[in-house]
Amino acid sequence: MYAYDEIDRTLVNERVSEFRDQVKRRLSGELTEDEFKLLRLQNGVYLQLHAYMFRVAIPYGTLATNQLRALAHVARKYDRGYGHFTTRQNIQFNWIKLAELPDALEDLAKVGIHAMQTSGNNMRNVTSDQWAGVAPGEIEDPRIWSELIRQHTTLHPEFSFLPRKFKIAITASDHDRAAIKIHDIGLRLVKNEKGETGFEVLVGGGLGRTPFIAKTIKHFVHGRDILSYIEAILRVYNQYGRRDNIYKARIKILVHELGIEKFSREVEEEWQHIRNSSLQIDDEVIEDIRSRFTYPAYEKLPHMPDELRQAAADPDFEAWRKNSVAPHKVQGYSIVTISLKPIGKPPGDATAEQMDALADLADIYSFGEIRVGHEQNLALPHVAKRDLPALWKALDKLGLATPNVNLITDIIACPGLDYCSLANARSIPIAQELSRRFANHELANLIGRLHINISGCINACGHHHVGHIGILGVEKNGEEVYQITIGGRADEGAALGTLIGPGVKFDEVADVIEDVVEAYLALRERPEELFMDTVKRLGVEPFKERVYATR
Amino acid sequence: MPLVNGGKIVDDGYVKLAVDTPLPEGGDILVPAERFIAEADALLKRPGKVGVIWPNNRDIDEVVPYLGKVAAVALVFPTFRDGRAYSQARLLRERYNYRGELRATGQILRDQFVFMLRAGFDSFEVKKQADAEAFMQTAKRYSVFYQPTGDGRITALHRRMQLRHSEGVGT
Repeated sequence: MYAYDEIDRTLVNERVSEFRDQVKRRLSGELTEDEFKLLRLQNGVYLQLHAYMFRVAIPYGTLATNQLRALAHVARKYDRGYGHFTTRQNIQFNWIKLAELPDALEDLAKVGIHAMQTSGNNMRNVTSDQWAGVAPGEIEDPRIWSELIRQHTTLHPEFSFLPRKFKIAITASDHDRAAIKIHDIGLRLVKNEKGETGFEVLVGGGLGRTPFIAKTIKHFVHGRDILSYIEAILRVYNQYGRRDNIYKARIKILVHELGIEKFSREVEEEWQHIRNSSLQIDDEVIEDIRSRFTYPAYEKLPHMPDELRQAAADPDFEAWRKNSVAPHKVQGYSIVTISLKPIGKPPGDATAEQMDALADLADIYSFGEIRVGHEQNLALPHVAKRDLPALWKALDKLGLATPNVNLITDIIACPGLDYCSLANARSIPIAQELSRRFANHELANLIGRLHINISGCINACGHHHVGHIGILGVEKNGEEVYQITIGGRADEGAALGTLIGPGVKFDEVADVIEDVVEAYLALRERPEELFMDTVKRLGVEPFKERVYATR
Repeated sequence: MPLVNGGKIVDDGYVKLAVDTPLPEGGDILVPAERFIAEADALLKRPGKVGVIWPNNRDIDEVVPYLGKVAAVALVFPTFRDGRAYSQARLLRERYNYRGELRATGQILRDQFVFMLRAGFDSFEVKKQADAEAFMQTAKRYSVFYQPTGDGRITALHRRMQLRHSEGVGT
């Protein structure tokens, strides 16, 4: 956990009071909607189809229990009793009243939570691996650096009015859970031959209308230089990124138009001017941030406690354990993923009651810490293995023990036309229908790891391009039509999916997905061959043939 | 449009020239970049101060040779959403050590003041009278800054280090 000090708290409070003044000026008519729009966006406030939507940052996906309770409080007091966790370690509330927003922000500020730069054309919430600090084999806790960058990007005097939004993600594990290759800047923490910490820097990833996988711009930037290097990238982007067309304004387009070589030369030249400036970070600064992350006092526990051995006889427990429980770097502990994908419900939603109860469970079983992942699930990062059976029972009572993590019903979906003013098509009802179709756990288990991602428009908030199966809703002649891709992935082997055929109507989507899955089951060489691997081995054609033969 | 300079609303001593306005005999003038570059020698020889209005899509390096000779550089925010001039301002102040008047023009609202001050602006053509009047109050809104810029305000990281060291001495 990172503990805010007086300095951090002061800034958040100053921001809340500024926003209170801005809301007041809007309500009195002193600010036009056009002027206010940008200011509210910089504070995470969108105007949606039915109401204002409020997006709150959960930097690098780490939450303390008092913070989760504060989110539950906001859901209850200012919204309709629930919140929606997004694909970028944020939570959204969909029914907030403008006049009450400053109060909601003030309540959150008390526990060190803010909504700064969760929307707008600025540097967004810095995201990271939800297993940071606990994953076995991790090089170093990436949250130290995430926090450093979070601070540096907050209310940046030069880069708060960029051509377009700008997202940074950091990973420190071989397996990339932070999806860094679909970010404007992706940072992979590495050590050089001297054992010093630095980053492989990737740039220009992003989805939306023109998707790109990020390219490596520099193989090693020393940790002490990371802020100046990021600043150099941003300075080039701020001056030369396109501002004439919103769809061509992301850095990915600049990188693409200039080419990575020319772009990296520009950045390099700028960097040489500023690398030996006050942007250079000394070890003491890093140590200061590191010292404000607290780590649990783990006990010495056996690898296989009796409680776990006994619980193994219960097939329901085992079904849950097998896909929800992951190895921890400390013996006797586990990382527990909590599925926010109950069968037939919207992905990523949690009620205020669930949040409060989960906070209680985290206090008992996870040293008071909760994590939020980009797959729209939560995690308890430090659970003693002996507590797993008791935790499972408690989660089950709350409806939070659906045994589908990483299975076909662990669907990522944007809010779509049910909430969003940009959407062309519904996403949530598609997710709900698919979740019902594959509700049978044995079937889902037989299929194995398979990620479905659904977006309700070309802006791709549901990351459909990088879903193993991607579903994109568009509007055609006043009707919702869905395009289906396969073979995408968001991890270290990031790739964009390939279209398998013409778009299909709303009512047909679930049938088509069933056919895709059936094709996979027929085509796979052996049960261990995952969907991804079958698509990689055979390409799209055999799927296309089977799915569209009878259509 | 009120001008704020040195934290106060002041009279603007400069007359803005268009590309084709005849050059006045005396008085202080602000000249568009294109004309300034073309007529620099003549402009700088006449009595009165000369400032240049530099568009946000023109390379700032071009004005560098003249920085010792101009009294003001005005950077442009065609809309408050367009933040290119923040980079130009920091380059002028921090890389090229420009110390003359650095003016923000265009759609300038109070909600940009702190960012602009931090980027090195010291003069503001403010769109609304009420915003100009609220300048001092708005400029003091923040006391914590995370990034080092040329404005010299101490950053949070350094303040922490100072606190650490003073605590270390005290105990």
